[in-house]
Amino acid sequence: MTQFLTDPLKVLADWLQGLFTGWGMAPDAAHVLIAFLGVFLLIALVMLLDIFLVWVERKTVARFQDRIGPNRLGPYGLIQPFADIIKLLIKEDITPRAADWVVYNLAPILSMAAVLILWAIIPLAPVILNVDLNVGALYLIAAGAIGTLAVIMAGWGSHNKYALIGAFRQIAVLVSFEIPMVTTLLIPTLLAGTMGLNGIIEAQDIWFVLLSPLGAAIFLIAAIAELGRAPFDMGEAESEIVAGFNIEYSGMKFGMFYAGELLHAFTFGGFWMIMFFGGYRFFGLEKVSPFLAAPILLAKAMLGYWIIMWVKYTMMRIRIDHMLAFNWKFLTPVALLLLMVTALVHSMFKDASTLLYVLTMFGSNVAVGLGALETARQHSRRQRSKVEKPVRSAPASA
Amino acid sequence: MSLQQIIFLVVAAATVGSAIMVVASRHLIHAALWLVATLFSVAVIYTLLNAGFLAVVQVVIYIGAIAILFIFAVMLTRRDMRDTGPQHNRNWWLGALIGLVTFAGLFSVLFFSSAFNKTPAPLPAGYDAVSLLGDALVSPNAYVLPFEVASVLLLAALVGAVYVAFNRK
Repeated sequence: MTQFLTDPLKVLADWLQGLFTGWGMAPDAAHVLIAFLGVFLLIALVMLLDIFLVWVERKTVARFQDRIGPNRLGPYGLIQPFADIIKLLIKEDITPRAADWVVYNLAPILSMAAVLILWAIIPLAPVILNVDLNVGALYLIAAGAIGTLAVIMAGWGSHNKYALIGAFRQIAVLVSFEIPMVTTLLIPTLLAGTMGLNGIIEAQDIWFVLLSPLGAAIFLIAAIAELGRAPFDMGEAESEIVAGFNIEYSGMKFGMFYAGELLHAFTFGGFWMIMFFGGYRFFGLEKVSPFLAAPILLAKAMLGYWIIMWVKYTMMRIRIDHMLAFNWKFLTPVALLLLMVTALVHSMFKDASTLLYVLTMFGSNVAVGLGALETARQHSRRQRSKVEKPVRSAPASA
Repeated sequence: MSLQQIIFLVVAAATVGSAIMVVASRHLIHAALWLVATLFSVAVIYTLLNAGFLAVVQVVIYIGAIAILFIFAVMLTRRDMRDTGPQHNRNWWLGALIGLVTFAGLFSVLFFSSAFNKTPAPLPAGYDAVSLLGDALVSPNAYVLPFEVASVLLLAALVGAVYVAFNRK
């Protein structure tokens, strides 16, 4: 029983193994069956969480817009998402006649799957995780690649010009913002000396956000762009191209995109917390019991999700050329410079006292950030003076 | 037959099948999507070989960048994106011949090699392929020179691309 409190998954798996082999099953087959059961359990729990996220999102956006939000069904409107799902399920399932049937129907599944596979590597507690990949940080990018593919399949498969324009825009965002994201993911990797998420969390005796606040900020911006949320939501810009790549989808197929997006946002909130805010660590509480560590991570992920929502419902949509210029001319160079500075300062001061190490790391980040902002300010002032001059002189000559 | 062999055979069949579909499908976009399936199956084979890093890099680079680039190129260069073309051109027999000869060559090398019937030795505990690979890439005794040459080559390609696309005012 005490072992169950310290390592619940192993105890459960051992018990099931004993049970299945007791029924006369080969040990190998039992092992595979238990792995399948584990995956099934994880996906079921994550999807249940996803239903709850619909309520969280609707309630939060309502508060940001000075409304109350769903409050008719159940206490605080908690039963509302179930009503939403029933509504989505009984809607007519439409496939446009010109659409490519297989590609069109595969896209929402891939979109959801690209988010669900991320949960395979999330360590909810030191011992509650599916697999501790030694390439965890890269796996995050690989799952993003599959999401990109889903967008392009949805845009092309529905045979609709707005869907295609939306997909094009979305892909432009996804492909470009992958670069600052990979670069900032290298910072925790470099500081921890491993790409495994458990290793990264264990290395955070000092949360990495103190060692690399700029890295955390750039990761958050790149993550929001990767999610296709405002201010980077020109892929679905409803006032220009109706709804972007998912315009032709109805019923639960649209629901898959919608639920996938919510879960993606929550998952990236979680990854942000794992990479820079100590994951399941919280003043040693995680060592008490894995049953305490998992809620800590989920609460932190919810906080990350809330920050992403806060940005979404506060900021306006950026024009696509501004967004691409912002990425390629500002975010990418800053991220690369920051990586080099971090590597240099880290290797110079890692053996110094903790206080000196944290102060130099923090200071170098602030210096890089301020320098980049000042350069950008002077550049835009020059650009503005070029544009503004003829406008000012026009009334004088007239 | 062990479970791993069964998985390998299924994945290998999927790889070959989708590779055939790449050349056989009339739709350019369908061919690109089948190519994605092929590349993904290759990534699965890498995982079966305990090369997790290569598998993830395969997905990131080949699916996330190159396949997407293919689809983009098709979308931007064709007038109608539902364009269908002929399945083969006049050189199809040459392609088939080269494919067959390559297969025969590889098969004979593997078949007559002494490693063909060996079972793999289990990996030592604590074997970390990623850090070994990282060390090998920057160690002067291993691959630092090819690595740097490849970096310079890629940088030159990058500069060239910028030069071609640069719009002089």
